[in-house]
Amino acid sequence: MSHSESAHGHVDQEAIYHDAVWHEHNHHEHNIHDHHDTFFSKYVFSQDHKMIGKQFLVTGIFWAVIGGLLSALFRIQLGYPDEHFAFLHDLLGKWAPDGRIDPQFYLSLVTMHGTIMVFFVLTGGLSGTFSNYLIPLQVGARDMAAPLLNMFSYWMFVLSSIVMLASFFVASGPASAGWTVYPPLSALPEAVKGSGTGQTLWLLSIALFIFSSLLGGLNYITTILNLRTRGMGMTRLPLTIWAFFITAILGVLSFPVLLSCALLLIFDRSLGTSFYLNEIYIGGKAMVEQTGGSSILFQHLFWFLGHPEVYIVLLPAMGMVSEILSINSRKPIFGYKAMIGSMLAIGGLSFIVWAHHMFVSGMNPFVASIFVVLTLIIAVPSAVKVFNWLATLWRGNIRFTPAMLFAIGFVSLFISGGLTGLFLGNSTVDIELTKTYFVVAHFHIVMGVASFFGLFAGVYHWYPKMFGRFMNNTLGYVHFFITFVGSYLIFWPMHYQGLAGLPRWYYNHNSYETFSHLGDLSKFISTVAVIVFISQVFFLLNFFYSMYKGRKVLTKNPWEANTLEWTTSIDAPHGNWEGDIPTVHRWPYDYSKDEREFVSQDTPARPGEEMF
Amino acid sequence: MTSLLIAGIVLLLISIVFQISKTSEMVSVLKGAEQSRKDSNKVIGMIFIGFMIVFFTGIFWSTAYFLPSFLPESASVHGVWIDNIFNLTLLVTGTVFIITHIALFIFVYIYREQDGRKAFFYPENHKLEMLWTIIPAIFMTCLVVTGIFYWYKITGDAPKDAMVIEVTGKQFNWIARYAGKDGKLGKRDFTKISDNNIIGMDWKDTANLDDVMPTELHFVVGQPTKIVIRSRDVMHNFDLPHFRVKMDAVPGIPTTFWFIPKYTTEEMRKITKNPKFNYELACAQICGQSHYAMKMAVKVETREEFNKWMGDQKPYYETVQPAAPVVSETAPTEVMAKEEKTVSSKKTASIN
Repeated sequence: MSHSESAHGHVDQEAIYHDAVWHEHNHHEHNIHDHHDTFFSKYVFSQDHKMIGKQFLVTGIFWAVIGGLLSALFRIQLGYPDEHFAFLHDLLGKWAPDGRIDPQFYLSLVTMHGTIMVFFVLTGGLSGTFSNYLIPLQVGARDMAAPLLNMFSYWMFVLSSIVMLASFFVASGPASAGWTVYPPLSALPEAVKGSGTGQTLWLLSIALFIFSSLLGGLNYITTILNLRTRGMGMTRLPLTIWAFFITAILGVLSFPVLLSCALLLIFDRSLGTSFYLNEIYIGGKAMVEQTGGSSILFQHLFWFLGHPEVYIVLLPAMGMVSEILSINSRKPIFGYKAMIGSMLAIGGLSFIVWAHHMFVSGMNPFVASIFVVLTLIIAVPSAVKVFNWLATLWRGNIRFTPAMLFAIGFVSLFISGGLTGLFLGNSTVDIELTKTYFVVAHFHIVMGVASFFGLFAGVYHWYPKMFGRFMNNTLGYVHFFITFVGSYLIFWPMHYQGLAGLPRWYYNHNSYETFSHLGDLSKFISTVAVIVFISQVFFLLNFFYSMYKGRKVLTKNPWEANTLEWTTSIDAPHGNWEGDIPTVHRWPYDYSKDEREFVSQDTPARPGEEMF
Repeated sequence: MTSLLIAGIVLLLISIVFQISKTSEMVSVLKGAEQSRKDSNKVIGMIFIGFMIVFFTGIFWSTAYFLPSFLPESASVHGVWIDNIFNLTLLVTGTVFIITHIALFIFVYIYREQDGRKAFFYPENHKLEMLWTIIPAIFMTCLVVTGIFYWYKITGDAPKDAMVIEVTGKQFNWIARYAGKDGKLGKRDFTKISDNNIIGMDWKDTANLDDVMPTELHFVVGQPTKIVIRSRDVMHNFDLPHFRVKMDAVPGIPTTFWFIPKYTTEEMRKITKNPKFNYELACAQICGQSHYAMKMAVKVETREEFNKWMGDQKPYYETVQPAAPVVSETAPTEVMAKEEKTVSSKKTASIN
């Protein structure tokens, strides 16, 4: 099989393992450019991890706009509950008759916002982008271990997206039982409209999404373990790779449990089983054929994924932030081994804390107390990471690229959001705070905004590598300051609403004297939320405009960083390196070590040099 | 028209920022990357210090401003423990929050890139790392031990003399049931639920016959009270925010929560300086369209007031099964007709 006959954009499998073979192929006038990529093989059905990473990024950005739009819409309802907006009717038709959002559709908005942000943007769009783009480049591999499966993982993601999008257009509306889809609400169409066809499509979409994630995760793990270049021991890997590695393991172990949880729900909905259903009277009838199940079982199965999932969202951001802080402080990351250890601890512990989402579910209190202990243990490695980031900045020589600003913002958000976890993880205090806006504030700050900041930092930092051009710095600074200040203005006051007892998922706050005084605060939050959402246009403009008109990258290593992705040519070809893959001689954090400000990983050791 | 105007202004602002950004990029290209970076470093460093000041000021001011809108002091005994542990946690986390943020923003400012500065190659320090692993662990342990100690007290068995009240959540209201004179809640069966028997009480169990289902929840101040929480359809959550009570209502699986009310409604009105104050029961688990409007009035009163109120309640059985007619001067046929009606309606009820 000659070069041009192998699938376009596909790197000959054998060549991945034999540098010599690749080298030879180069010497035979077959150079990679003879692969004759068509538009489809280069941009659509690509098996090149760099293109797949960019595909995930653009799809993730698409979903982020939708997810943000949904939140702007329901915040309009919360902030201005008594007003009628003609544009709402224009946009939503029957779901906003006379300009006010229908209460059941409100629940759909909240449900889909959570689903889209957690899964499609911050798992698909974050891991999918950066794990795909960076792993082969940073470990020194030609491509992923299984490029065809990698391509499938992207197209499964697209298929999953199409199904989820379709669910917006069914007559009974999209899923509306919350992103956590607890049954019986999510099992019974009579309970809420969205639990009809909308929920069915949601479940199908998530099943496809899980397949996509698993295919990706298997590739990431295999590539990191097996395709590291010569000299790249595990303790010479950049922290980004460690983060992506642990994230992938979490995903591979926990997503199948979500799949089984969803399957049992599908069975209850369509096959008359009762895994989750028991003694229900609804729609004027007692459901006598479906009894004996437990909705608490669902919660255990769901949160067994649900908790690792929040670390799947957070760890890649942590890894990238560690890298970006180090590069832009011109200092090694402080405590490299402790950073690895803390990520391993967080990853491991994340599997045994799930029931802290269930303290008031009626679960056995003794078992609950065990989860309290384990949950508060997880705070220790998290604290270690914060101190290590601060120590990385200390006595550095800090360069304020937009990526660096987002990394700094990440540290602040992780501190703020992480600390409120100490209130919620303690079951006694959680009695008061659970299911209130205090929880909403906590997870948005520590997971939502923080991971978004990790995403932005990664985009601004690796954009030159991805597109051969720089993003505009000024727009980056504007984007950062509006988003950073705005996010705190949106989510900080929600702590107060939680301390006032305001429950989640409420269409308005006026039904209770207890909560009706919070209207002004809601209005403030909503107004800022709409402004911050609109301000993301600065990022979108910057991202798409700079692809074509951005300042061109003229050197291979514009950030003067040590990792291997900066040793390839500016427009890296299939197979990443035109010649041999570099051999690694050192860890990635030799910044300001001696008279050299940075020493890339493929630089050999000097005689007598102290190596880490 | 106004919305068009606003949209126009927003678009104008966006394009102005965009043009400024393009221009400033050209300027920095002319200056050279290093020089432009150094010029903006000081500005950005200062902005972070400014942010820190506004951040702390904002947090302290807004906390003080919104403190009155938080829930008032706990209306239950165990709620005081919860609030105290909250405050303890706030002390610990608040201190860490302030110190780490000061470190973050000060470091970012004073260690910004400057001419002649070189970063300090400092990859690790095992003693320091040990210290900041062990100290947080100690604080976490204290918080955990305190929390768990009180958790066992709160989730332990209710005292034997607790007043048991059963509350059932359904789309979209709460149904309360008191045990009546016999002090026992009768058996229920979900297959018997109907409009005339809203929680499916089994009328063969005589304990049901005196059970009372009022439209408000009344508690006795100082009386241990155990709520048995149930659901008729989907998951709900029994949420009494003033009492720091929260527990899921699960169909088919009763859950419980017990507490001791500390303040009568009258006393709470004085504490909150709000003569119109009332305790309220809310639903805190997404349950469908009117999840936000599942309100039930709650009152805490003295034992005398409670007994009087309870005395005025009619057993649910009597409200759905009219009592046998009293014998009077009415014509025999009328009485016969009435009796037949009663008998036949009793028959239909027991089929349910």
